[in-house]
Amino acid sequence: MTQTQAAPAARARLLRTVLRSPSALTGGVLVLLVVLCALFAPLLAPFDPVAYNPADRLQGPSLEHPLGTDIYGRDTFSRVLFGARTSLAVAAISITLALLAGGIAGALAGFFRGNVDVVVMRLSDILLAFPAVLLAIALLAFLGGGFWNLTLAIAVVYSAPFARVARASVLRVREEAYVEASHALGNSPWRILFRHVLPNAASPLIVEVSLRLAFAILAEASLSYLGLGTQPPAPSWGQMIADGRQLLETSPWISIGPGLAITLTVLGFNLLGDGLRDLLDPRLRRQ
Amino acid sequence: MLPFLLKRFGLALVSLLGVLVLVFAMVRLVPGDVVTNLIGLEGNVSPERREELRRLFGLDLPLHVQFGQWFGALLQGDLGTSLRTDRPVLTDLALRFPVTLELTLFALLIALAIALPLGVTAAVNRGKTLDYLASLFALVGIAAPSFWLAILFILLFSLKLGWFPPTGYVLFSEDPLGNLRSLFLPALALGMSLAAATTRIVRSSLLEVLSLDYARTARAKGLPERAVVYRHALRNALIPVVTVVGLQVGNLLGGTVIIEQIFGLPGIGRFALEGINLRDYPVVQGAVLLVAGAFVLVNVLVDVLYALIDPRVRFE
Repeated sequence: MTQTQAAPAARARLLRTVLRSPSALTGGVLVLLVVLCALFAPLLAPFDPVAYNPADRLQGPSLEHPLGTDIYGRDTFSRVLFGARTSLAVAAISITLALLAGGIAGALAGFFRGNVDVVVMRLSDILLAFPAVLLAIALLAFLGGGFWNLTLAIAVVYSAPFARVARASVLRVREEAYVEASHALGNSPWRILFRHVLPNAASPLIVEVSLRLAFAILAEASLSYLGLGTQPPAPSWGQMIADGRQLLETSPWISIGPGLAITLTVLGFNLLGDGLRDLLDPRLRRQ
Repeated sequence: MLPFLLKRFGLALVSLLGVLVLVFAMVRLVPGDVVTNLIGLEGNVSPERREELRRLFGLDLPLHVQFGQWFGALLQGDLGTSLRTDRPVLTDLALRFPVTLELTLFALLIALAIALPLGVTAAVNRGKTLDYLASLFALVGIAAPSFWLAILFILLFSLKLGWFPPTGYVLFSEDPLGNLRSLFLPALALGMSLAAATTRIVRSSLLEVLSLDYARTARAKGLPERAVVYRHALRNALIPVVTVVGLQVGNLLGGTVIIEQIFGLPGIGRFALEGINLRDYPVVQGAVLLVAGAFVLVNVLVDVLYALIDPRVRFE
């Protein structure tokens, strides 16, 4: 009974606190905006993002084409809207995978310690021994590009940080008195892990998800720029910037629009992550 | 200090060994195998020739033997030969590494030159316009992708203003000033996110120190604010900055790949990308190994440096 009453109250409190943090609010609005653009791209886009339209090629920004057109006459604004789909899909799927793999491994390592801990930590050491983008590039060099390989590569790269964060958080929570109490009551370790430890260890992971989504968007863009990401014709922001590179002197707008989109999206996730950190962990709140 | 050093180097060796195994395994990730892929580029090849190629790569041997041979050669400085040019990979890496290293250090220098004054200014003017402008710079600098900034810089500083060459590399030995000019925009683009992140850290760390007792004492005895900031607070505020910058230097190394590609710099990163496009696996393997090795080494050096600055670290 107490739980059913507490839940809406807690939610309302969370909402109130989020509204109090300007950075969480700004970030949340930006992220929401990008998500809406991605979801409703077919409705919002004034033009077909892939169909060639030679009559309109390389036009500068105008009322009809707010971000200009590319060498095939495609409307850059429409392509940016559809590019949000690629970017968000890769980021969301890869970070979910990284959270599941890294988060579970890290939580088990922190909770059971011993050999599990040693193995998980050494594996994450190895993954962390590469600069992140370089590891993704190397994996794609051998696996080949494409949507799923790209998603998988980013997931592998970012699973190690999740393992670290989950482990540290679980290590802290498992020393709490209520965990000890649950042990004393004779509850099984698995029950303790899922009922008591994980729910209380989750907040650093929530912050980490938001910040890592920002990294994943940047990684997706970089890898697509290098031609290792999703393949044409589906528009992707990184690839659009690469297309514009050749025509920079005459048609700079081709690269400018998608770059702005990346920057705003990453900014949104960063602000949201920073704001959530301040809200969820008052000790880290800035003066 | 000695136990700390031994432990740190031991861990680094374990990491390096893991890196070796992973890089070795990566080539085996190629769908089908390397030989099938190479043949795919060159048309039909008889089964005999295919077997010969497999033997050439040692792919007919068991995995652990392959690894042993590869590792043994590696210890003697043999990273294999390029499948395309027949040149030893190590020779080409040695030619190109100085470019990547110079770019990385230059980017670090630019990042610090921006972040230290900006972070201090922001902290001293806390809550004023200058502070908000610095925060805005930090937020955008972290969010904007380096390769896009690179393109904007080329557009503005090369194509419009003509201050710097848009692409290309000039050897330091031929023309030192031209060398710095050819690397300035790449280093600026590469260092921008580090500059942004460091600005934030300098600001928050200095603010924290300025609220401590000894800063208050310094003020109470009548020191002007400038002296409090520069003579007392700044030095202590820089300790966390060293850690963050140290952790990021390695990422600068990784970021060089895309920046070298944009500016046409003959460094390790572009070498690796050429290798990827030509499916020249030994080249890719060697380049990844070199950068990962340098990354591990940088991280060890940062830890040691940090232990020297802050003795508490050694006893953890």
